[in-house]
Amino acid sequence: MSTRIATGGRLLNKSNAVSFSFNGKQLRGFEGDTLASALLANDQMLVGRSFKYHRPRGVVAAGPEEPNALVNLGRAGKFEPNQRATTTELFDGLNAESQNHWPSLEFDVGAINKYLSRFLPAGFYYKMFIHPRPFWKHVYEPIIRHSAGLGKAPKDQDADSYEHFYAFCDVLIIGGGVAGLEAARTAGRSGARVILLEQTAHWGGRAPVDGGTIEGTPVNSFVDDLVAELSTMSNVEMRTRVMGAGVYDHGYVLGYERLTDHAPQAAGPRHRLWRIRAGHVITATGAIERPLSFAGNDIPGVMLAASIRDYLVNYGVSVGDRTVVVTNNDDAYRTAIALVEAGLSVPAVLDARVLPQDSPLMVRAKELGIRVMMGHAISRVKGTKRVAAVEVCSQAGEGAVLETIACEAVAMSGGWAPVVHLWSHCGGKLVWDTTLATFRPDVDNPPLGADGHGFVTAAGAAAGFFGLDDILHDAHAAADGVATALGFKLPSEVVSPNASRQEEAPLTPVWLMPQGAGVNLREKAWLDYQNDVKVSDIRLAAQEGFVSVEHAKRYTTLGMATDQGKLSNVNGLATLAGAMNADIPSVGTTTFRPPYHPISMGSIGGEARGDVFQPVRRTPMHDWHEANGAEWEPVGQWRRPYSYNRPGESTHDAVMREVTNTRTKMGLLDASTLGKIIVKGPDAGKFLDLLYTNMMSSLKPGKCRYGLMCSENGFLIDDGVVARIDDDTFLCHTTTGGAERIHQHMEEWLQTEWWDFDVYVANVTEQYAQIAVVGPNARKCLEKLGGMDVSKDALAFMEWADGTLGGFDCRIYRISFSGELSYEIAVDAGQGQAFWDALMVAGNDLGVMPYGTECLHILRAEKGFIMIGDETDGTIIPQDLGLNWAISKKKDDYLGKRAQERSHMVDPNRWKLVGLETTDGSTLPDGAYAVGDGVNENNQRTMIGRVTSTYHSPTLGKGIAMGLVLNGPDRMGEVLDFPGTDGKTYQAKIVDPIFYDKEGAKQNV
Amino acid sequence: MLILTCPNCGVTAEETEFHAGGEAHLKRFGPGATDAEFESYLFMRENPKGVHFERWRHVYGCGKWFHAARDTVTLEVFGTYTAQTSTIPQDILDKVRDRRPNWQGQGAPR
Amino acid sequence: MSEAISALNGAVFKEGIAEILGLDPIGMISIRGDLSASYMKKALKKAVGVGMPGIREISLAGDKGVAWMSPDELLLICPYTDVANALESLKKGFGDNHALAVNVSDARAVFRIKGPNTREVLAKLAPVDLSPQAFGPGMIRRTRLAQVPAAFWMEDTDTAQLVCFRSVAQYVFDLLKTAAQPGSEVGFYRS
Repeated sequence: MSTRIATGGRLLNKSNAVSFSFNGKQLRGFEGDTLASALLANDQMLVGRSFKYHRPRGVVAAGPEEPNALVNLGRAGKFEPNQRATTTELFDGLNAESQNHWPSLEFDVGAINKYLSRFLPAGFYYKMFIHPRPFWKHVYEPIIRHSAGLGKAPKDQDADSYEHFYAFCDVLIIGGGVAGLEAARTAGRSGARVILLEQTAHWGGRAPVDGGTIEGTPVNSFVDDLVAELSTMSNVEMRTRVMGAGVYDHGYVLGYERLTDHAPQAAGPRHRLWRIRAGHVITATGAIERPLSFAGNDIPGVMLAASIRDYLVNYGVSVGDRTVVVTNNDDAYRTAIALVEAGLSVPAVLDARVLPQDSPLMVRAKELGIRVMMGHAISRVKGTKRVAAVEVCSQAGEGAVLETIACEAVAMSGGWAPVVHLWSHCGGKLVWDTTLATFRPDVDNPPLGADGHGFVTAAGAAAGFFGLDDILHDAHAAADGVATALGFKLPSEVVSPNASRQEEAPLTPVWLMPQGAGVNLREKAWLDYQNDVKVSDIRLAAQEGFVSVEHAKRYTTLGMATDQGKLSNVNGLATLAGAMNADIPSVGTTTFRPPYHPISMGSIGGEARGDVFQPVRRTPMHDWHEANGAEWEPVGQWRRPYSYNRPGESTHDAVMREVTNTRTKMGLLDASTLGKIIVKGPDAGKFLDLLYTNMMSSLKPGKCRYGLMCSENGFLIDDGVVARIDDDTFLCHTTTGGAERIHQHMEEWLQTEWWDFDVYVANVTEQYAQIAVVGPNARKCLEKLGGMDVSKDALAFMEWADGTLGGFDCRIYRISFSGELSYEIAVDAGQGQAFWDALMVAGNDLGVMPYGTECLHILRAEKGFIMIGDETDGTIIPQDLGLNWAISKKKDDYLGKRAQERSHMVDPNRWKLVGLETTDGSTLPDGAYAVGDGVNENNQRTMIGRVTSTYHSPTLGKGIAMGLVLNGPDRMGEVLDFPGTDGKTYQAKIVDPIFYDKEGAKQNV
Repeated sequence: MLILTCPNCGVTAEETEFHAGGEAHLKRFGPGATDAEFESYLFMRENPKGVHFERWRHVYGCGKWFHAARDTVTLEVFGTYTAQTSTIPQDILDKVRDRRPNWQGQGAPR
Repeated sequence: MSEAISALNGAVFKEGIAEILGLDPIGMISIRGDLSASYMKKALKKAVGVGMPGIREISLAGDKGVAWMSPDELLLICPYTDVANALESLKKGFGDNHALAVNVSDARAVFRIKGPNTREVLAKLAPVDLSPQAFGPGMIRRTRLAQVPAAFWMEDTDTAQLVCFRSVAQYVFDLLKTAAQPGSEVGFYRS
């Protein structure tokens, strides 16, 4: 049984018991427990099922490297899958459920896969499901998808909130073990701004568990003193529960802070993503212990040796009364010693090494009466849902069983691997250290920053220093060097502390146990617990030619999923190298990518959800529209009323009513979103002549002119009415979507090409509320308001004037996008709603109604006016749209002119704009293509045109459309076929695109 | 994510404040240019593995354009300078050569 | 004319870690011109009584002032009702020189963020070093507030004023409220 023992548990507050549930079972733990330690304390060895074979899985580790103990946490809006029990802090009421089993954890149908494991080797899916081809999509994939995946995706909306925080510092230190703390002290004392991040809730890392003394005091109190000293330093920011998640270009680091995961009732955001920009990054991220590869090393109860020590010392948990230790290095002896000193039994230490003499740790173990068996190994672990015994063999042999030792737990240690992830994220290279048999950071090839110099330094165990004294000296030197390079100076009295030194015998690399294990043992020797990858799978992959480490990874799934191979990486590489008879460095390693371990999607999104998911731009009259039935249409980030629906009225009926009312009485349009850009200076006319296809410099003050803008590639990008304010000043109207774009377009040409022009531009779009007063009664309405003269003589079509209306200062443009008598009136935005109200009152007897964008579209289409984005799509030149009248022949140059001279642009077979009228009065489908005779080279129907705008016109009582048609203007009266997606073929006649009031009499009254 | 220093307002800011504008020092060809000249101006771009001269705009800051000399492989920024020039300033060339002694002028305006 | 209405009409949020206030309209004039020219300095002095601010600085005297926006752009600040006079004064001061002054008062929304956590609220939304040693009174920063452009300055060490476009006033108010939600103190800045 795994159980809580009477002594130990340095992280527990035993005066505060908490209750939690696992798979519906009510259990108890203490404040300070992790979910994993609390489960073990309750003898819950079995915590999940493996991915492929549904093998029973128990806790292996005590930290974020844990591959097995993944659980679903919480319910409904707080539900989250794939959470590590080893990093989940226990709280009262925590609710956890295990994953990947059916119907229950104890009895799982999927476990039948283990009997099929011989038939489920590496690449099984690729090999099995390839034929017959159609089966993949309809049969195999749905089944595989159903059974794949560990946790289930949440179904409810996330009930929590998240945020970002931008922080800046000189030195960022990731990892709050003794190396990180010492580095923070050193950098802090040099005067640098320091941020120190620790992913757990505790400072000191694993040093307090491993023991030793620093400057004569026990590690524990050294850590406490150092933390106390650091917290008095105003230039050092210390944060627990923040994981360094990723290191990116130019000193950018993401820190993942878990604020309320351990206290779900607390107010505030759940996670905070720190977006840190550091002058230099020190990764003091420690090291992770490697498992050993022997048969049955995945049975619950087989754990990393140091993790068994962690559970004992930190949480007072015994994984079993009898623990067999199996190792290739000295560190595992610390576990054996700690267990015996705690009164537990260690029947044997199986040490794969053969050493000339005993190291001090081995001597100490023997003094405690522990049986140390050198050159020995585990042949096989016995047990199913938990360890029952180990069969002992010689490491040098093939696994012949020498004896069987009954036990409840196996503590394994294959050596330690520095956590190089953060060093590697942004391009730091690794070297193979033959002494430690591991990769460590290559100090000569660090990630490079904005200045071309390295910006990451690894320190302590993360750099490959494993002794306490070495770790402290390295961290001190690293921080001193970093601070000095940044221009800070460490006071000479600040020196590195000295720690006790513990001599250790060297490790012997062991990649398979025993070294000659046959296939029957290899296929039970797990490398990757989460993905069920065994030594035999890697060997098979190599045999089948997947000799690149990246290929072998994908073929076998080694190192994939949530743990990203934190335990399996080096063992897998070594196995692959062994199968290829190559050395490990030449096989190389897979790429480490952020995040270090998974972070919540919520934290990545930060504040951007709900109301602030993205900006919504509102005009000054937005609330009025909302209150008066506006059906909203997103136009860029703006919201514009599509139509104003009356109670019980359909959107279509509302649009028809608005069109008819505007044509016969009057309508109001909120045109505030249209861009308004001031262009001023002695060269303003010259500049606009280059920007617009037509001549603007000849426009007289007081007058307006419609203009087209093209890109340098010749294509139409915007249109609008330009008003000349005075000799030096123009006001350019743009489309709604064009305001910022065209303003930037102008600035770009002024700043980067024509910087000698004396022109300033200013975007005044939002300074004004602009209201179009449209229809036969428009003038009467304005006259009723009173003020400036708006008669035909005083303010003719295509003129503008400043004045007052109803007491409002305003500027009126007599321009029309509807073909009706129309005034576009600009007032200061702060007056917009009041002015709109005044117009509604004045227009009350004149039949005033507001109208939306769909009505606007129909009005303009009836008049054959083009719309940027409908008639244009980024490939259309003005000539395609019959707008040659708006292209100046007199100008030497304008943006797009040269482009429009290219052969393809002057091709007479370019599709040209025409009107389209269905023969039966129906409305053409939007975007429909006209088909011609024959087929093209791909055997598709020949296409000869397409619909660009199509509406039902209530004015004309029939469907009207515009389209681009091959030789269209020369084919007036011809009837074309437009097959719809509804199976019908629509027939439409080519007509003039101006359907209504071709002479323009109505707008010019 | 890069950091760049805008030479117009002096702010050193992260990439999200800026907008990349492609290759710098293009010479504009308009009416009267040959097809080849126009094609080269509009479409042909340097794509060096190494030193590159680029246009950037400080879109969320002062709104101004500037030029940057940058290594496309290591992302090292050699320097930033005014957009109102058709040639690379000598001090920028010196900085590039100081860091890349073997640079033969690839990517510089022809 | 009726009374000018700000985009948010006096919205207030006081329940969070900092107070968020939507302010009444403030007079703002966007100026483009040669900032080194003496006519420009004189025109500013005459219009609002302050000198030319340095790069990324804001010169304030009571409710009037001038902010440096770019090498050829300033933002003049004055009471909303003074804008017409200030514009007239600037135009006179510019004379025949090539320069531009336009009223943008109604195109903006203005917020005040108040309290000891003001800097944190901003630092959750803007990629800017908001530590007191890096950003203090007298400086102005144009930047990005989440997904929209904004500019802000410190009125004193615990109070910021923030300007954004009028159309996104509600978005910015909601952003600031979110960033100031109760229980979200970071505790990062120490003076």
